[in-house]
Amino acid sequence: MSKQETSQMSAPLPPQAIASGHEGNLRDQISAYGSRLKNGEMGALPAVGALAVLTGLFAALSPFFLTKLNIANLFVQAAELTTLAVALVFVILLAEIDLSAGVTAGVAMDIFYLTVKAGLPWQAAIVVALVFGAAVGALLGYFVAKIGVPSFVVTLSFFLAFQGLALVLLGDGGLFRVDIPEIKAIMNESLPTWGGWVLLVVMVGLSAGLGFWDRARRAKQGLVNRPISILAIKLATITILGGGTIFFLNLNRSQNALKPIEGVPIVIPFVLALLFVGNFFLDRTRFGRHLYAVGGNPEAARRAGIKVGAIRIAAFMITSTLAVVSGLFHVSRIGVVEASAGRSIVLSGVAAAVVGGVSLFGGRGKLIHAAIGAMVISMIDNGLGLLGLSAGISFLVTGSVLALAATIDALSRKRSGSSVLRS
Amino acid sequence: MAEPVIELKNITKSFGPVDVLKGVDLKAYAGKVTALVGDNGAGKSTLIKGLSGVQPYDGGTVHFEGQEVNIHDPRQASALGIEVVYQDLALCENLDIVQNMFLGREETSNGTLSEPTMELEATQALQSLSVRTVKSVRQKVSSLSGGQRQTVAIARSVLRNAKLVILDEPTAALGVAQTEQVLNLVRRLADSGVAVIIISHNLVDVFKVCDDIAVLYLGRMVAQIETKKTNQTDVVGYITGTKTYEGSK
Repeated sequence: MSKQETSQMSAPLPPQAIASGHEGNLRDQISAYGSRLKNGEMGALPAVGALAVLTGLFAALSPFFLTKLNIANLFVQAAELTTLAVALVFVILLAEIDLSAGVTAGVAMDIFYLTVKAGLPWQAAIVVALVFGAAVGALLGYFVAKIGVPSFVVTLSFFLAFQGLALVLLGDGGLFRVDIPEIKAIMNESLPTWGGWVLLVVMVGLSAGLGFWDRARRAKQGLVNRPISILAIKLATITILGGGTIFFLNLNRSQNALKPIEGVPIVIPFVLALLFVGNFFLDRTRFGRHLYAVGGNPEAARRAGIKVGAIRIAAFMITSTLAVVSGLFHVSRIGVVEASAGRSIVLSGVAAAVVGGVSLFGGRGKLIHAAIGAMVISMIDNGLGLLGLSAGISFLVTGSVLALAATIDALSRKRSGSSVLRS
Repeated sequence: MAEPVIELKNITKSFGPVDVLKGVDLKAYAGKVTALVGDNGAGKSTLIKGLSGVQPYDGGTVHFEGQEVNIHDPRQASALGIEVVYQDLALCENLDIVQNMFLGREETSNGTLSEPTMELEATQALQSLSVRTVKSVRQKVSSLSGGQRQTVAIARSVLRNAKLVILDEPTAALGVAQTEQVLNLVRRLADSGVAVIIISHNLVDVFKVCDDIAVLYLGRMVAQIETKKTNQTDVVGYITGTKTYEGSK
């Protein structure tokens, strides 16, 4: 037995018992977290660090950065990218890629526009657009899972073809206004101030509910629970960060004294709901577990009886469908559908997921990582724009951040893999 | 002697013109470890693939607990209680031990995973094998050593209530100490009433842990002997074909 294993055995446990990682007091839990970090399981930590550094940097360099109006803008800008990045996580977890997600969203919005123009209500048009997204995903998944075309190639071909399809649908240089108040409201209007506080109560309530439910279920099986202080810290963090943000967004940020702008932008609860539901599926259902398994080792998943092809197709369908949602947010923000929509944002979406800590090698990463990554990318864009730097500089910086994130991903993978060779 | 858990009679299998198995007999008993040895190309893998349902046999009969069965796909083998632990282990490194042990058979209630139940059962399965080398059941498999991974793969078969566990070269990639641990684990697995078949090239290991030795030579079972009634020199002779096994006692 190696030294390492011997020292593990001397942990203060009853003889013969195998731990579950839930044992020990707060200090033990923190040191266990520290050793996971050392083993390369860094999660979103580098991205959170980047957020803190960027906030400090831009706040120091630009007096406008921390203004109420800019912060609200930043959240709205990030919402669109977050949705796309979250969508992409589902295929990236399988070590696949969907380069066509952006243009799929673009074409879906063209179809949305044409459906409304044809006289159908906008609600039905949204359903049509979402169904189109799901169908495209099913087709992509079929090519990847059943025929065996690499996802890079098949989604690249869709990326090219759908740019053409958008031109066919809207005509050359097509650009059409979408004047539906409900759609425009998503990105341009805010909740009443009390709505923000309701949102906070729901968030904290759901987190507390799940936290206590998990503890109760473990206790019922006679298993050890983590110290309750960890749950308390988590809930306090959500309350303070969420409450602070909502308080800030509830202040009047209008520069026009006659027309106040205050409240949480309507898109925020949508994005939070998406994160919560998506996370629930990934963490707490068989589908989510199988998705991670296929991403980690498809052969092992197949031998365990998991229908690998079906999982792949489902992942592509989720990605395309959620991408359409981000397309809807885009249309809501700019108020027009255009033939060139969605060409460039998909790469930012991939960048956001990777910067946030979702591994391109598959099997590792959470939706919240993509959201944090999207915040980083949006903040770089926003901050450099405020400093009056050109779009060229913004691309250069974003590219460097992505390269750094991908390097961290590759190195941490190496480190966590190297333990095989130890002992 | 008691009824064997698995009994193969006159098994044949060909790939085109090549006869890989030419009428093989094999028995494995509950509570006993049977070694399946033979040189490369003797037909060991083909024999195992037939039992696991990956590649059905061409001819011959298979009796499982006295009943004649016809295994033609892996799910069926699994339903009977036959589990194969492959050399490459088939574990997902990004998942933890519990998640790997329940992979594809997760327990749920109201559609959500019953993590505490699975964690408890996984821990009990490991403890039933007196596993002490694993620090935490919630460790990611990527952080485990080769021996620990082998342990997880074997414990998974216990969890599935396997009656016959087939181990493909379980110690091939392991160091001395870990080999020892895994062999002890195999012994405990058999002692718990499971029939175990080990494929191995390492005769030292075979003599240390196995009750029976079955020798394949060019698609024929040239000997199935009790370990204590033979010795390494003879077995090497049977494997290489330089010696012929003279009758049973």
